[in-house]
Amino acid sequence: MSRFRDLSIAAVAAGATTLSAAAAFAQAGEVNVYTYRESKLVQPLFDAFTKDTGIKVNVISASSGLEQRIKTEGANSPADVLLTVDIGRMDDAVKAEIAQPIKSAKLDETVPVRFRDPNGYWYGISMRARVVYASNERVKQDAITYEELADPKWKGKICIRSGQHIYNNALFAAYVAKHGEAKAEEWLKGLKANLAQKPSGGDREQARDVAAGKCDIAIGNTYYWALMKNVDADKKPWADATKVILPTFADGGTHVNLSGVLLAKNAPNKANAIKLIEWLVEDKAQHMYADVNYEYPVRAGVAVNPTIAGYGKLNPDALPIAKIAENRKTASTLVDKVGFDN
Amino acid sequence: MSTSRPISLRITGTVTSTLAVLTGVAVVLPVISIALLAMQPVPDLWPHLIAYVLPQATRDTALLLLGVGSVATALGVGAAWIMTAYDFPGRGWLIWLMPLPLAIPTYIGAYVYVEIFEPLGVVHNVLSLWLPRREALALLPGMRTLAGAIVIIGLVLYPYVYLSARAMFQTQSAEFIEAARLLGANRWQQFMRVSLPMARPALAVGLSLVLLETLNDIGASEYLGVRTMTVSIFTTWLNRGSLAGAAQMSCLMLFVVAALVLLERHGRKARAFAASAESPRLAERVPLAGAKGWIAGLMCLLPPLFGFVIPFVFLLYESVHRSLFGAIDAELLHALGNSVVLALTATAIVLALGLVITLAHRWQSSKATTASLGASQAGYAVPGLILALGLLTPLVAFDSVVNAAARGLGASTPGLIVAGSSAAVVIAYVIRFMAVASGLTQAGFERIPRDYDDSARISGASQWVCVERIYLPLLRPALWGAAILVFVDCLKELPATLLLRPLNVETLATSIYQYASRGSFEQGSLAALLIVAASIIPVVWLTRFADVPNGPA
Repeated sequence: MSRFRDLSIAAVAAGATTLSAAAAFAQAGEVNVYTYRESKLVQPLFDAFTKDTGIKVNVISASSGLEQRIKTEGANSPADVLLTVDIGRMDDAVKAEIAQPIKSAKLDETVPVRFRDPNGYWYGISMRARVVYASNERVKQDAITYEELADPKWKGKICIRSGQHIYNNALFAAYVAKHGEAKAEEWLKGLKANLAQKPSGGDREQARDVAAGKCDIAIGNTYYWALMKNVDADKKPWADATKVILPTFADGGTHVNLSGVLLAKNAPNKANAIKLIEWLVEDKAQHMYADVNYEYPVRAGVAVNPTIAGYGKLNPDALPIAKIAENRKTASTLVDKVGFDN
Repeated sequence: MSTSRPISLRITGTVTSTLAVLTGVAVVLPVISIALLAMQPVPDLWPHLIAYVLPQATRDTALLLLGVGSVATALGVGAAWIMTAYDFPGRGWLIWLMPLPLAIPTYIGAYVYVEIFEPLGVVHNVLSLWLPRREALALLPGMRTLAGAIVIIGLVLYPYVYLSARAMFQTQSAEFIEAARLLGANRWQQFMRVSLPMARPALAVGLSLVLLETLNDIGASEYLGVRTMTVSIFTTWLNRGSLAGAAQMSCLMLFVVAALVLLERHGRKARAFAASAESPRLAERVPLAGAKGWIAGLMCLLPPLFGFVIPFVFLLYESVHRSLFGAIDAELLHALGNSVVLALTATAIVLALGLVITLAHRWQSSKATTASLGASQAGYAVPGLILALGLLTPLVAFDSVVNAAARGLGASTPGLIVAGSSAAVVIAYVIRFMAVASGLTQAGFERIPRDYDDSARISGASQWVCVERIYLPLLRPALWGAAILVFVDCLKELPATLLLRPLNVETLATSIYQYASRGSFEQGSLAALLIVAASIIPVVWLTRFADVPNGPA
C-alpha cells in the first residue's frame, strides 16, 4: 500500500466523517432551536428542559439573519423553534413566511392576549423595558419622558447605540405610531442633536460612557443594567455609577419589547417544539427568566427579581404590538434620513 | 515500448484533467449563482439603497481602501527599505517580528484596540493618573471611526506589502544601486529613482492582497461602525431580508475585486523583467552607528509593536487576568475542536485538489487545464461573505434534489445533508483557499525539470510511481507550506463560517465574533489568543522563505 494512496484515503475518510457528522435531523427526542439570545443566557433553560423531558436541544445562535437563513434552507430546514429578542424579529419571521401558527390551549391560558399574535404565529415569553441609565452624580431628576430626550437641555449629554438596532427601531416605531411621521422625524433630529457621540457599541457600553463622564444619560434595556450590577463583576462600576429611570411617553406608558418564540413552518420535530414552547411559559422557566436573565415574566404570579423591582413599578405602554410592527420600516427610513448613525 | 503514449497514461491524464476542470467549475459556481440571484427584480429596495445606503457604502469603502492602502504601503515600503539598506542594532530580531501582524486577524485587531482605548479602559486609566478623568477622556482617540478602522486594518495588513517589497529590494542587483551611486545619487535619490520604481510590480502584488483582505473583512468594519459595501451587503440581506438586493450589491463589489485582481496580475507580469538577474549580487547594507542606528531600530519597531506585540500581550494579559486558562469551559474546547476538524478536513481536500489541478496542467497542458488553474486561483479574491451567499442557493438546491429522490424511493428524507452540515463550511474553505495550494504547488512544479518526467517514463515507470517517487518528495516543502497556510486561513475565516455553520457548531472565530457583537469580547480573549498563537507558526515559516536563501540575514 503506497503512502500516497494512504494519504488520499485518509483525506477522503476525513471528508466522509464530516459529512456523516451532519446531524441526522428528525431523530426522536431532539429539537432544533435557532436563537438570537446569547447562548450563555438560554443554555441554562435548555439544560433544565432536557433534564425535565429527556429531549435534546440543538442550538444555533446568531446576532442577525436567522429568518433569512431559515427561509433559504427552505422545505428541508432543520429549524423547529426560533427564539427572538424583539417584536421586530417576530414580525420579520412572519413576513418571511417561515412560521406556522402554534395551536396550544396551554399557551393561550398562560400568555396574556396582548403578549401574543392574534393568529398564533408567535408568543411572547418574557418582557423587557427600554429605559434610561442616568448618572448618579450629574442627573438629579428621577422621572423623564421619551419626548423630553429631544429637549435641547440635554445637548451633548445623551449616549445611545445604533438607531438601526432592533431595540431602538421598535422604540422609534412606537414614537411614529403615537405622534405621526413628521413629529417623529423632528424628535429624531432633536435626539440626534443631543448625542454626545456617534452611536456605537451595545447597551452596556452606553452605561460605561455615562460612568466615564462622556454623557449624562443613556438608553438601554432593563436586564443589561441588572446583569452588570449582579453578575458581571468587572462591569459593576458601570452600574454603580448610574441609576435606572423608567421613562414614559407623554401619555404615561413605558416602552417594552418582548422576547418571543415561533414555530418554524417546516419543523421536523413539531411535537417536541411545541413541548419546548409550552415548557418556556411554565413556572420553572418563567422563574429562570426573572432571576437568571432579569426579565419581566409574562406568566401571572411569577415575581420579578428584586433588582428589577427596584426600578419602580413598570407600567407597560398600551400601544398594541401590531402598531409597532407596522411602523418599523418608517422608523428605519427616518433614521437613515436624519443621518442618526453618522 | 511504443513511442505513442500508453493507454493507461492517457486515461490517468484524462481523469486528472476532468477532475481539474470540475474543481475549476466548483470555484466559479458561487459567482454564477450570485449573478443569477441578482437578476431577480427588487422593486422597492433600490430607491432606498440609492438614497441612503450606497453613497455612504461607496464612500466608506473607497476611503477605507485608500486609507488602508496608504498606511500599509507607507509602513511596508518604509520598513522594507530600512531593513534592506541599513544595518542597525536589533535588526536580527526585527526580521522575525516585522511580518508577525499577519497573525492578528483584522477583527481581533479591532476588538483589542476598541478595548484598549475605550473609556475606563487601560489607556484611560493610565492617563487618569495625571489628569482628571473627564479631561483624560477627551484625549482618547475614537477607535470606532473610519480613521480608527484605517489605522487598525493597515497595522495588521502592512506585512503583505513589506514582504513583497523586501524580497524585491533584496534581489535588486547591486549594479543598479552602484551605478546610481557613481552618478552622484544620495541614498534618498537611489531609493526614489531606482529601487522604488523597480519594486513597483512587487508592490502591486502586495498592495492588491492588502486591498482584497480589506474588502473581505466584515468583523472589523462592522464592529468599528464603518459601513462598507461588505457590511451593507450583510445588512441588506439579513436585516432588510433582500437576498436579491444583496446579490446585486455583491455584483458591484465583484467589479472592484476584478479590478484588484487585474492589478495583481499586471504586477506579476511585470515582475519577470524586474527579477531578471540570476543570483544577483546583493548591495552592501550600510551600518548605522550610534543615535542613527537606534532611531532606525525604533522606527522599524513601531509597526510590529502596534500591529502584533500590543494585541498579543493584551490578549495574554486578559486571558491570565480573567483566569480563563484555569477555567477552560466546555464551550471553548468544543469550538476549538470544531475549528481544528473543519480546518484539517478543508486543508486535506484543498491539498489533494490543488495537486490534481497542477498535475493535470503538467500532464495535459490544454486550454481547459490552464483555465481550471486560473479559476482555482480566483477563489481567493471572492470575499467570504459573497462566497457564502453564492453557495447557499446551489447547496440547498442539491439537498432538495436528494430529498426529492429519497421521497421518490419511499425512503425517509435525510434533510439538508450539505447546506445544513459542516460540509457547507468546508466547501467554502476549499473554494476560498484553493488558490494558496494550487499557487504554491504550481510554483513547486516549476522547479522540477521536465527531464525527470521523461527519464521516469523511459525507464517504464507508471504515472503514479512518478507522483510518488519524484513529485511528492520534491514538492514536500511547497505542500507543507500550503498546508500550514491553508490551515491557519481556515482557522481565522469569519464571514463564510458565520453564515454557513450548522446547528451546535461554533468555531473559535465565530465564538469570538458572538462575544464581541454582544459587548463582552474580553470573555473571548482566550479563543482569540489561540487563533493568534496558531497563526504565528505559518508567519514565521513564511519569513524563512521570504529571505533570499544565499543572502546575508
